[in-house]
Amino acid sequence: MSFLTEFPAMDRQDLRDLKKGIDFTFKDFSRTYGEAIENFFDPLLYFLVWFEQLLLATPWPVFIAIASGLAYLGSRSWKLALGTAFAFLLIGYMGMWKDTMSTVALVSVATLLCVLIGIPVGILMARSDRMQAVITPILDVMQTIPIFVYLLPVVILLGLGKVPGLMAVCIYALPPIVRLTNLGIRLVDKDILEAADAFGSSSRQKLFDVQIPLALPNIFAGINQTIMMALAMVVIASMIGVRGLGMPVLQSIQNQYLALGIFNGLAIVGLAIIFDRVSQKYGMRLQKHREGGHDV
Amino acid sequence: MSEPKVRIRNLYKIFGPKDKAMVKHVEDGMGKPELLEKYGHVLGLNNINLDIPKREVQVIMGLSGSGKSTLIRHINRLIEPTSGEMIVDGEDVLEMSEDTLRQFRRKKASMVFQKFALLPHRTVADNVAYGLAVQDVADTEARERSQKWIDRVGLTGFENHYPAQLSGGMQQRVGLARALATDAEILLMDEAFSALDPLIRTDMQNVLLDLQEELHKTIIFITHDLDEALRIGDNIAILRDGMMVQQGSPQKIVMNPADDYVTDFIKDINRGRVLEVGSVMHKKPPARGPKIDSKVAIEDAMQTLLAAKAKEAIVMRDGKPAGGLSMEDMVGAIARGKGAATDSGAYT
Repeated sequence: MSFLTEFPAMDRQDLRDLKKGIDFTFKDFSRTYGEAIENFFDPLLYFLVWFEQLLLATPWPVFIAIASGLAYLGSRSWKLALGTAFAFLLIGYMGMWKDTMSTVALVSVATLLCVLIGIPVGILMARSDRMQAVITPILDVMQTIPIFVYLLPVVILLGLGKVPGLMAVCIYALPPIVRLTNLGIRLVDKDILEAADAFGSSSRQKLFDVQIPLALPNIFAGINQTIMMALAMVVIASMIGVRGLGMPVLQSIQNQYLALGIFNGLAIVGLAIIFDRVSQKYGMRLQKHREGGHDV
Repeated sequence: MSEPKVRIRNLYKIFGPKDKAMVKHVEDGMGKPELLEKYGHVLGLNNINLDIPKREVQVIMGLSGSGKSTLIRHINRLIEPTSGEMIVDGEDVLEMSEDTLRQFRRKKASMVFQKFALLPHRTVADNVAYGLAVQDVADTEARERSQKWIDRVGLTGFENHYPAQLSGGMQQRVGLARALATDAEILLMDEAFSALDPLIRTDMQNVLLDLQEELHKTIIFITHDLDEALRIGDNIAILRDGMMVQQGSPQKIVMNPADDYVTDFIKDINRGRVLEVGSVMHKKPPARGPKIDSKVAIEDAMQTLLAAKAKEAIVMRDGKPAGGLSMEDMVGAIARGKGAATDSGAYT
């Protein structure tokens, strides 16, 4: 009866060989191609470093003025602009200016990267059901696989540092923008698409004149989600050597520095609130034309 | 009659995965319910043949599900047919390449939709210029050309409004202006006024009739409303379950409904206002009497006859006497509406 009580598992020896085989193959792969892949990502690294240096080199009053100005342009709300200035002043006063600049740089570049990759992928997905069937499970895996599981191969391949950190953040933050771009385009009113067809629009014209503009509110919700998820990854990214607000949080966990953890954690929350409110308000402003009560 | 603008020949549309194979069953006389039950395919259009004359208003009428919206979408091929021909100006739309079809839609046939289908993120001016923008007409020229139509449909001053800020009637004016702005010869109107309330609908019908008076486009107008059909149609075609039941002038349809379905359709209309004396007169004109044009409605002719205190009137067509008209002729034509079903006999 041992067949019923004991699961017919793979032989222990075979299993070990299998795991070993995978490990060695991957290590060989990274030894052979690691450098080439690193070189491939070099431009990204230079850009990230350049942007971080730029933020750090900017005099703090100038940075705060620009940040508040952008917040105002995005939201058209004085309250939000003042809140932004206040939050950065407080963060700087508490001695977290440098780390905050690093984090802002990382999150900005990660978001930019996700938008550049995510929106085209989302558009592709919306235009073909087969594409959607292929990409959806990949996104599911990206969102649900434990972060440490993909952190490891990324580190083996690229080592510790900014680029693997950026990769880790992007893997986690990319799905929402892809999903919401796809959804937004698929939700565009069929009647309006039919009208575009009836007037002889090419599919490119349909995409840029009708589908993307009408999907923008959803696309913006996706960008907002992507920013939030990128910020949430800041602490994890610090585990593979990314500097920023995550680093002190990590230290505080290892050494039970309660106050240090709280301060830096709140700084992350502050950034999150600023990014979230500004991008949300901007998304809402895009829908202003719907005001008037006569739904179209 | 001159060469028709649009000729529809043996057009079938069957919805379902094996639509081509189903044509045979339909040709052998299988109807819509039977096809659905036996083969799970939906019969959209069943052997439609129709000539649509140049520069006239062709109304296509039917209840919902009769296939009228499907039919109009075949004219600019928004729906692919199962088989048949759709000849516009001697060219088969159904044979066109994608590129030719796009040019056809841009230049030759424009469309007005039941639910307006305006771009909500663009202003009235941009919406009207949409068809021109699609054709890559330069901005300033597109503005100029569309402004003319904005003024013509009475939207001057609303150029910078967004569609959501306008009432339904005004939104459809935008839809109409958008369709007119491309200067297409054919105007496809898919229940264009059905979503509007009755007063505004009448208003829009007037706008359309005014425009037609000067533009003389070939208009194909879909509606389920007989009053609307009689008001604006030069010709009416009636569809039922994807089949053409009757086609002809409004007068002919009201005087000689082909079957019970059509009789049902026309039973509630105001015959006195719809019927023209030309359709109800008798052959021999009287020697004396007031002169009435053959296109005058019975309602008005009755008053003329009463006022003249005459027994009979002379019906004039193209300035010549064409027949006589007595009070009995007119009362008879109005009264026939009640018992018309017994006349047809073809359908029980």
